[in-house]
Amino acid sequence: MDRIENHPILGASPERKLVSFTYNGKLMEGFEGEPIAVALKAAGVMAHRYTKKKHEPRGIFCAIGRCTDCVMVVDGKPNVRTCITPLAEGMKVETQYGASAKNVEAISD
Amino acid sequence: MTERYDLLVVGAGPAGLSAAIEVAKNGLHPVVFDENARPGGQLFKQIHKFFGSKEHKAKIRGYRIGEELLKEAEEYGVKVVLNATVIGLYQEKELTVRIGDEVKHVKGDSILVATGASENMMTFPGWTLPGVIGAGAAQTMMNLHHIKAGNRVLMLGTGNVGLVVSFQLLQAGCEVVALADAAPRIGGYGVHAAKVARCGVPFYLSHTIVAAEGEECVTGVTIAEVGPDWKVKPGTEKHFDVDTICLAVGLSPMSQLLKQAGCEMKDTPGGYVPVCDALGAASVPGIFVAGDVSGIEEASSAMIEGRISGAAISHYLGYLSKDQLEQKITELETALGSLRKGMFAPENRGKLITRTEENIEVSMNLLEKGFVAEEEIERYPGVKHMVGIHPVMECTQNIPCNPCQDACSKGCISIGDNITSLPVVQTDQKCIGCGMCVASCSGQAIFLVEEESEPGFGTVTMPYEFFPLPQAGDHGKALGRDGKVVCDAEVVSVRTAKAFDHTNLLTIKVPSDMTMKARFYKCAAQ
Repeated sequence: MDRIENHPILGASPERKLVSFTYNGKLMEGFEGEPIAVALKAAGVMAHRYTKKKHEPRGIFCAIGRCTDCVMVVDGKPNVRTCITPLAEGMKVETQYGASAKNVEAISD
Repeated sequence: MTERYDLLVVGAGPAGLSAAIEVAKNGLHPVVFDENARPGGQLFKQIHKFFGSKEHKAKIRGYRIGEELLKEAEEYGVKVVLNATVIGLYQEKELTVRIGDEVKHVKGDSILVATGASENMMTFPGWTLPGVIGAGAAQTMMNLHHIKAGNRVLMLGTGNVGLVVSFQLLQAGCEVVALADAAPRIGGYGVHAAKVARCGVPFYLSHTIVAAEGEECVTGVTIAEVGPDWKVKPGTEKHFDVDTICLAVGLSPMSQLLKQAGCEMKDTPGGYVPVCDALGAASVPGIFVAGDVSGIEEASSAMIEGRISGAAISHYLGYLSKDQLEQKITELETALGSLRKGMFAPENRGKLITRTEENIEVSMNLLEKGFVAEEEIERYPGVKHMVGIHPVMECTQNIPCNPCQDACSKGCISIGDNITSLPVVQTDQKCIGCGMCVASCSGQAIFLVEEESEPGFGTVTMPYEFFPLPQAGDHGKALGRDGKVVCDAEVVSVRTAKAFDHTNLLTIKVPSDMTMKARFYKCAAQ
């Protein structure tokens, strides 16, 4: 999704530092301090996790840390709410399957 | 050792901060906990100008009000603890708060719960797909994090949140394909609907979502008409290719902490709320509430409620005498009362009002399609035909708002003492075309019209809050209130000024017979 460079009410978006992070091992860039979910959205990532039983995709829903639909495995820790967790240099972000970074269903298939 | 304060506030939004400021003014030491990384609640996502009058900070954009509130909190030394989630509240006026991996106990002589509300959702096949988001999420992404919420968006819900966020989506450069609502009439302010409709966004009332489509994320949506029994009418399905579906289907008070503390609660059509008196005192002595947690309203009312509770708490703890409290409350309750007047007053929720306070017929077209029809517009006192430039005020519902009256230094506009009265254009006063009224109108409902500025042609000046900004000499199309092309238009001027606060004044030249029809401008390229 496109970032908003210049907004009719808010003006030019603030200058921020670019940092790199990995998404499922793939190198990506985002702005330091913005929510992980926003950096992922800018990169076109919509599905953050897959549910345990039905293996259904989930993504951003509330964007304020309430609904927990956007949780992912961040630096090895599962259930991190990516919509309110600030992005930092070198973060390792992984899709969450059930409650882990391992796609158990894919492995067993 | 357990920390102790005069007042513990849960929630650093408009209500909580206002209450903390009020008690700090009276010499108390409050602490405010908020689970977010930034204070201000949802105010910093509100980029539209607020309604009301001067005392309610009308015509100031929400995020500016947020900045003012934070500055005031700092001035009075209010302590705000962020990233602090209150997880327990007890009737002994003690709370537990999680900060990082630690849970702390904090005691207070009084407690104010100002936790606000959370968004409701609606279920339909595909509702869990990535791309189905809350309207609040769209606001957060666009206005705080500077990213488009979607490229092509369908909005479900035509209350003020649905209408305001739809306009914000357009401002951020997203395409809004339609607004749908299962209700037969638009729920929010007509002026909010009208500014979306004239951009060409269609409204589908009595329509709901049948299903969201897509495997990994949303790729489309189907809506269909519902009958009075709320059931879908077969054969009325309409499909849209979208990547985002926004849900603006109401808010629910977040009152769980109050229930936990043993406060008496009640079920209302507006949600599960604490029983409280006019000053915000809940049934457990020393526990108070303010803002959306006790019933959904606007941020403007939340700020006043916060101040009322702040005064009541100051009195409860002996920092204000009964006389001082009464004086303070009278003033604040008058301000709050005026915000609760008019067609959208709490007691009118869900009611169909067919006549204004002035006994003028309400525009049914506005309620069903989002814009006032041509044959309806002339009945309102803000719409007059005059020689020379003059304001045309398409403000047709009784809402508590009056900045336009103060904006005109020439006395062309009058509302009077009743804040909900429709604005009247005074034909005996001379408009100088300054445009202050256009920029002051939070509903963007005021236009300057000169029906004949040169033989056969006239001009229309409109509020314009989009990028790219047209330039003088540009040629494009004039759109009607319904968002459909009415004629060719040439841009005469684009005025921007600090006093307009990002509302640009776009003047277009159109044939004279189009000056009462042209209400928006689209560049030729778009």
